[in-house]
Amino acid sequence: MSTPNVSDILYQGLWKNNPGLVQLLGLCPLLAVSNTFINALGMGMATTLVLTSSNFVVALSRPVLREEIRIAIFVLVIAGFVGVVELVMNAYFYELYLILGIFIPLIVTNCIIIGRAEAFASRQPLWAATLDGFVMGLGFTLVLLLLGSMREIVGSATLFADAHLLFGEWGQHMSISFGEDARGILLFALPPGAFIGLGLLVAIKNVIDEKLSKPKTVAVQISSPTTADASA
Amino acid sequence: MPDWLKPGWLLGLFALIFIFLLAFTYEQTRERIAIQEQLRLEAQLKEILVAGSYDNEPATDVLEIEGDKRTVYRARLQGQPVAALFKTVAKDGYSGSINLLVGIKPNGELLGVRALAHRETPGLGDEIDLRRSDWVLDFAGRSLRNPMPDDWAVKKDGGVFDAFTGATITPRAVVGEVKKTLIYFQAHQHELFQ
Repeated sequence: MSTPNVSDILYQGLWKNNPGLVQLLGLCPLLAVSNTFINALGMGMATTLVLTSSNFVVALSRPVLREEIRIAIFVLVIAGFVGVVELVMNAYFYELYLILGIFIPLIVTNCIIIGRAEAFASRQPLWAATLDGFVMGLGFTLVLLLLGSMREIVGSATLFADAHLLFGEWGQHMSISFGEDARGILLFALPPGAFIGLGLLVAIKNVIDEKLSKPKTVAVQISSPTTADASA
Repeated sequence: MPDWLKPGWLLGLFALIFIFLLAFTYEQTRERIAIQEQLRLEAQLKEILVAGSYDNEPATDVLEIEGDKRTVYRARLQGQPVAALFKTVAKDGYSGSINLLVGIKPNGELLGVRALAHRETPGLGDEIDLRRSDWVLDFAGRSLRNPMPDDWAVKKDGGVFDAFTGATITPRAVVGEVKKTLIYFQAHQHELFQ
């Protein structure tokens, strides 16, 4: 595998191979904690941190890594960093930590992280692996935030509620409420809303992809935009 | 070193590195985590207690009740009991356990009830949460004489407490646990403040 350049990595992580919309990896946290913007942001940051650190360490240890124990090492590295992130959140973002609860330790099982370690970080130079980890995390976070804002606005009729959990005092003033009595459409605050919202986002992305590739379709037959990438 | 041993050593080395990393982080955050937990507890107790009605530190005046899974925090004024605050769990919520804080005055009257942690359905069962509705405020001032024990139930079960539309299980669990706590308090009142 040749080393991709910076813009390749950005394009792959944020759009073409976005972990949330195309690879559809890590659906469990994506669907579970995307009920508000702040929850989504907290989860996204924690995942990005773990993903970047694990890619960094995996790429760093590439020269000594052995085929037969690589998966065990990946798991060890990921679990170690998740433990660190969990302790730090517990100490500095205590209330957010209580809300995200079980989904913080469950980052260990997020397939994006071991997927990037195996498919990218263990075959690429240090800088590329670290950047890839960060950009993939960013791509995941952006989808989480989009889904989180959508579900919070439609489901709870608020936006940035409980921002003080992440930003301290001045976060109190960030919260936007759409009317005193507005309760929102309950369905979107509940799990089905997460599936509907994610489905809409995937559909929108596919429509945009199709629009962008229109000029080429005149000459060449193009297969469905998602299927080719989903296995990456 | 024989070749077949190398993977084992490597794995052991990685494990060791991460043990140290985790131990280091734990040491660095331990104190702050303890402070955070204490602060949260104090904030929760203050929600129920009337400021100035006590002069001790209820968060550190703790009684763990063995086998019963209740923790009691005691508020006192010049050594005299002001309130017993029970941290207790209603196990029969709609989505698992509901952690409650139940404050009781020495005369058996409720000082207040708060839901500390729960996973009840948003928009339906989460009205036990003060951030969502003031349903829990109805408990203040009640006791086993107001209403009588038989009426300590949600209206649907023939009692006096409102249930929310579409969610009976949640308030039923909360009312039941508050009642149990009151009965427990009545039976053990004298031991609680020793």
